[in-house]
Amino acid sequence: MSTDASAETSTETVTKTTAETTDEAQQATPVRKFRPRGERGPLASVGLHVTLLIAAAVAVLPPLWLLVTSFKPQSEAFSTALVKDFTVANYDHVLNDTHFLSWLANSLLVVGLTTVIGVFISATTGYAVSRFKFPGMRPLMWLLLITQMFPVAVLIVPLYNLLASLGLLNQPVGLVITYLTIAVPFCAWMMKGYFDTVPVEIDEAGRVDGLNPFGTFWRLIVPLAKPGLAVTGFYSFITGWAEVAYASAFMTGEENLTLAGGLQTFVNQYTSDWGSLTAAAVIVAVPAAVIFGFAQRHLVSGLTAGATKS
Amino acid sequence: MVVDTSRPVARAADASRVRGRRDRGGKNPGRLRRSLSTHWYAWAMVAPVVAVIGVIVGYPLVRGVYLSTTNADEANVERHIGVNHIPATYESVGLDNYTAILSDGVFWDRLGWTVVWTVSCVALSFTLGLGLATLLNRKLAGRSLYRMALILPWAVPAFVSVFTWRLLFNEKKGLLNQLLAGGGIDAVPWLNDPTWAKLSVITVNVWLGVPFMLVAMLGGLQSIPGELYEAAEMDGASPWQRFRHITLPGLRTVSSTVILISGIWTFNMFPVIFLLTRGGPGDATEILVTYAYRLSFVVSPRDFSGSAAWGVLILLLLSFFAVIYRRALRKQGEVW
Repeated sequence: MSTDASAETSTETVTKTTAETTDEAQQATPVRKFRPRGERGPLASVGLHVTLLIAAAVAVLPPLWLLVTSFKPQSEAFSTALVKDFTVANYDHVLNDTHFLSWLANSLLVVGLTTVIGVFISATTGYAVSRFKFPGMRPLMWLLLITQMFPVAVLIVPLYNLLASLGLLNQPVGLVITYLTIAVPFCAWMMKGYFDTVPVEIDEAGRVDGLNPFGTFWRLIVPLAKPGLAVTGFYSFITGWAEVAYASAFMTGEENLTLAGGLQTFVNQYTSDWGSLTAAAVIVAVPAAVIFGFAQRHLVSGLTAGATKS
Repeated sequence: MVVDTSRPVARAADASRVRGRRDRGGKNPGRLRRSLSTHWYAWAMVAPVVAVIGVIVGYPLVRGVYLSTTNADEANVERHIGVNHIPATYESVGLDNYTAILSDGVFWDRLGWTVVWTVSCVALSFTLGLGLATLLNRKLAGRSLYRMALILPWAVPAFVSVFTWRLLFNEKKGLLNQLLAGGGIDAVPWLNDPTWAKLSVITVNVWLGVPFMLVAMLGGLQSIPGELYEAAEMDGASPWQRFRHITLPGLRTVSSTVILISGIWTFNMFPVIFLLTRGGPGDATEILVTYAYRLSFVVSPRDFSGSAAWGVLILLLLSFFAVIYRRALRKQGEVW
């Protein structure tokens, strides 16, 4: 590159970094002769990486700090220093001296059931809405949309009474049913969008080969929709894993709590056991992150299939 | 049941496809029977969802609307004390709860803050998500690493993140204030001053919401054909013009959906506010949902009917918003 050209490059890239959000760097304007499409000057690269690094740091810092704090002794929970006296005492305390393990078991049970059932019924619903025109379809779509905006507050008291009269208070099943109503509308909506992207010809081929609609759905479409299923599964999982309001209202008694409710007992008006809280929080976050790792490959395609077509 | 099984229906457009190789109806099929035999596959597939929603949302909703027209509170609902069963003694008061709420300043204060909260959270996280997505949507060293890092706030359960932020925001000993002290700046009362608390809850919610936007926008960007950019470039469009006239229109369907959804989520965002500030200090950060929750579970005596009335009002507001929003979209040619 001639000196002339590089001088031009730097002035140009300065303007570029100021307009960071446009997708300028894909195509450079004045020095196109010297730079192929999709390449950018060194300054633009630096600007890009600096911006992304800052954003990534903001995103990663809080969870990272949580991890660091969990290895500090209780008394130093608030010190700014990185770990001075590395200790696993917090973890030891959480696992052995609290109800943490039963909270974990409760959460796993509730969330596992919610995910499995939620994915299954939202897939069938999504498929029906995507493929068949049937009376009641539009009302159903509206129902799915409106259910998502149901405020916890309007439902929580009657739901509490309902579960009490069914004897489901303090029972995992009660929470599972409740969580399904949160997770399923959004998941069905997303699955519909995903099924819309699967060509109808595949259904027709299956039909010609003698499968009934259930067979078509189960043997042809479900295997094709795995990315979409991964996303819905992930969403259901996260919904149940992180839900607070219903869990704290419906589950009482130390050993019946789910993780979200249980963690609140570490830090409240009366106590602030940040050491235990951070250790427990790390243990809680790990399974979620692992599941996330599996699902994230499909996350983008699944979500936008749902979003673009809805 | 929401599906209108009883409503006589004209033959649906693609009935033959649904019917497949099934028998084409009986000798003298009633319209109901015919539509049943045509659509039973579809109905069977949606039945579980309708059943669950009907029982768990439908019944409580009807109950909630009913409660909102009574004067039920902790002292007069049906309850058991030991072996004694005390029947409910609350009675209908018509729309008194609603008039009381609407003529009281608290509701409008909370509504104002809820709107500010929703609009700023959605706008900020959408802009940041779109910006980061545009930055990530290109050849870039360490692209997948950046993506993983940026999506991390979504992978960590929200309540864990909120506790972490409380740790960081702690006024006397939190990391943020210690860093500020290192720079010679006085401690900021992140969660204890009304204005700062509002900023803090918005910050945390934006932090939580950006990954969702980022992922959706990345997907949207990838679905825009590259040829459009090439053509625009040939015609001499500047980067900003390309962004303005190709990227933004190309993202419209995705954006309209995610904005609607995240608007609703944010409006009802219970955990962030409840766990971060409990609505405090005072009721500075209390949005409509947390206030309704406070009425039925925190204050004493618990005000069930008031809470239900708040809930119904919230629901009405949101439905209104969704209808307007959908209508606006339909005018621009989006249909479903």
